[in-house]
Amino acid sequence: MSSTGSRLSVKRDQQVTRIGFIDRNILDESNIQAIGEEIGSLIDAEPEPRMLISFENVDHLSSAALGTLITINNKVRNRGGQLRLADIDPQIYEVFVITKLNKLFEIHETSEDAFKSFS
Amino acid sequence: MSGQPEESAAVELVNDRTAIDSVEARLLAAVDRFGYSQASRFAIRLATEEALMNAFNHGHKGLPATTPVRLEFTVSPRRVVVVVEDRGAGFDPGAVADPTCDENLECPTGRGLMLMRAYATEVRHNATGNRVELVYERPDGGG
Repeated sequence: MSSTGSRLSVKRDQQVTRIGFIDRNILDESNIQAIGEEIGSLIDAEPEPRMLISFENVDHLSSAALGTLITINNKVRNRGGQLRLADIDPQIYEVFVITKLNKLFEIHETSEDAFKSFS
Repeated sequence: MSGQPEESAAVELVNDRTAIDSVEARLLAAVDRFGYSQASRFAIRLATEEALMNAFNHGHKGLPATTPVRLEFTVSPRRVVVVVEDRGAGFDPGAVADPTCDENLECPTGRGLMLMRAYATEVRHNATGNRVELVYERPDGGG
């Protein structure tokens, strides 16, 4: 199910790249790798990437998905960009809290809040 | 509900998403039949998923990709027990670094065991470290 097509929805809005997930479950390792590579390419395409990743409709994610988000965060930061996460279901947000990744990522309740936060 | 018999299964799984989804669906269907909450369902699925991924990615590192992992589960009104056993050399769970330490926070790996411990009531490894037993006690007691 992962071999064809993008697992992301991508929309350019002013200087911000808005990213959403097509799948409700971000568990499949080959999908997670493909997602990381695709977002990596989007980051590489921008001089100072402003990435907004929405988790709307995402029901489950694994530690492998968290690892990919960390790699994305490092990549954005290395390029002098900004990353925002938004629309995270409370159960999934708890995973970020347990792993203390809520301290690493800038997380907003809604995409619009996150969008407004870009400097 | 207390009169319901427990439901159990034991399967050999290779690292194939369709096969993993299929056995997780069986597990979660049993969890649903016993009336566990949505939060319990989320916890059981997450802990099971992490145990399986640890087995395939770490336990079976260096082994042929077709090497199967054994998964057993038992669902009863009061608890869910999931056992994942790989065919690797095992590991020392006490030697796994804490991924929440500041110096490890940006490391992309090493959170699977922590999530199992956070979401299961008990996580037990055998002496070799190639078999993990996840025990999830129903928060409201069930029955």
